[in-house]
Amino acid sequence: MSDNAKISIRDLNVYAGKSQILKDVNIEIPKNKITVILGPSGCGKTTLLKCLNRLTDLYPELRVTGEIMIDDNNILQAREDIYKLRQQMGLLSQRPYPLPMTIYNNIAYALKLRGIKKRREIQKLALHYLQQASLWDEVRTRLREPASRLSIGQQQRLCLARGLAVNPEIILADEPTSALDPISSQFIEETFLKLKNEYTIVLVTHVLRQAKRIADNVVFMYLGEVIEQGSVEEVFGNPRMEKTKQYLGGTFN
Amino acid sequence: MTLAQKIEERFFKVLMILATYFILFILAIIIYSIFEKGVKSISWEMLTQIPKGGYYYGKDGGILNAILGSLSLATGATVLAFLIGLPVALYINVFLIRNKKLVNVIRFLLDLVWGIPSIVYGAFGFMLMIFFGIQTSLLAGILTVTLFILPIMIRSMDEILRTVPIGLMEAAYSLGSNKSETAFKIFTRQSISGIITAVLLSFGRAIGDAASVLFTAGYTDNLPNSLMEPVATLPLSIFFQLSSPVPEVQNRAYASALVLTLIILIVSLFSRGIGKRYHKTKINF
Repeated sequence: MSDNAKISIRDLNVYAGKSQILKDVNIEIPKNKITVILGPSGCGKTTLLKCLNRLTDLYPELRVTGEIMIDDNNILQAREDIYKLRQQMGLLSQRPYPLPMTIYNNIAYALKLRGIKKRREIQKLALHYLQQASLWDEVRTRLREPASRLSIGQQQRLCLARGLAVNPEIILADEPTSALDPISSQFIEETFLKLKNEYTIVLVTHVLRQAKRIADNVVFMYLGEVIEQGSVEEVFGNPRMEKTKQYLGGTFN
Repeated sequence: MTLAQKIEERFFKVLMILATYFILFILAIIIYSIFEKGVKSISWEMLTQIPKGGYYYGKDGGILNAILGSLSLATGATVLAFLIGLPVALYINVFLIRNKKLVNVIRFLLDLVWGIPSIVYGAFGFMLMIFFGIQTSLLAGILTVTLFILPIMIRSMDEILRTVPIGLMEAAYSLGSNKSETAFKIFTRQSISGIITAVLLSFGRAIGDAASVLFTAGYTDNLPNSLMEPVATLPLSIFFQLSSPVPEVQNRAYASALVLTLIILIVSLFSRGIGKRYHKTKINF
């Protein structure tokens, strides 16, 4: 593991029955950077993210082998509390799934899971995380309303605030802007750029321009394999592999 | 659209309309006949008194014994079935998610016992009563009816819990929720209005069934006063009054049916109110 790597994925293979979803995946994800995982639909990007916080455990048909080291701890082997392990990561999914409760309680629920019990502190931190997700100004007067009344863009930022509230070190985002309007998308991107000083961000996307705008590192995947990885300048400026060139040039088939 | 398609569409449209209105018509006739015959012979006396000597031959008295008996029996059974049923439904949908085969077997078995006629539950309850040396009583009735409505309760809750989106489940786990938190705080909340409907449906079945209480709860002209004493129930009360040769008493059977219908109506409206209150927080997908 190189010195500044937060996550180090080694020889990761994922099988679903007889088909193989991920093939010998090796990725280094540096600390406090935005690493973008790029690739066409169905290339295993989402499965890769689910491996990182062991959501793969929920699917009996998936078989995972290899190593995922987070701070020298192989989380695939982790015998310790898997629920605590997931709190190291905040997850942002393709479309927002707010919890069936009020806006405020969405954050409070996460804070309570983290072990914070004092009401005062919950209020203080809820404010902090809603501000961090650039949502506070829009919801300050409607904290007691059901989260379902927010617009999709606001819901996604609520989910981000909720993910931050468990105090993770890593943010996993699975095409978080694909269901959003351009302005909400921009909000999320700007928030990510602000957050990367404190968090390690792994962003899955198939939007090239988004990757160009915010990525530090890029991993290009195709059919379950990592084709190329490196800094955004390397991969976008001077791609080495033929497949990458085709994808970036839009002549992919 | 070709002519054949037009005819086909017209044919099925008419078929659907006919079927729908036919069913509504039948239901309307049932409700009309209950009201028409029931309203005539319903009286304050009937609702507030227990049967006096010779009630079933047309003498004075009422069906308060059956009203209170049915309410206590159905409430007891519904509460008990809820306390057992909700954990089962959550267990199937949250804890057993990795074992789809077992879940399918459980669902199949529940569907199977759902279809068993209530008289069989009555006979089974009666057998247990003999085994444990219990006499016909409110308690025996509650336990038997609980068994009878459990599959209905569990499967209706199960069908609602199944609709909880996978993304919401993943969101709950990604925050570090464990399985019981996911079950009781996320799944239950998301499905609350459906769970209330399941409870209501079960209550309706519990209060309306005659065969399961026939051997187990027995019948009495007294008000329910102990778990160990027999109780009267509305369905049996209707049966006994309908069996009377006296037309006046037969009409009282319709009045009793009216009372039963109104109880179900009130509970239904009440639970809808609660359901709506909670529906606000539900996330729609």
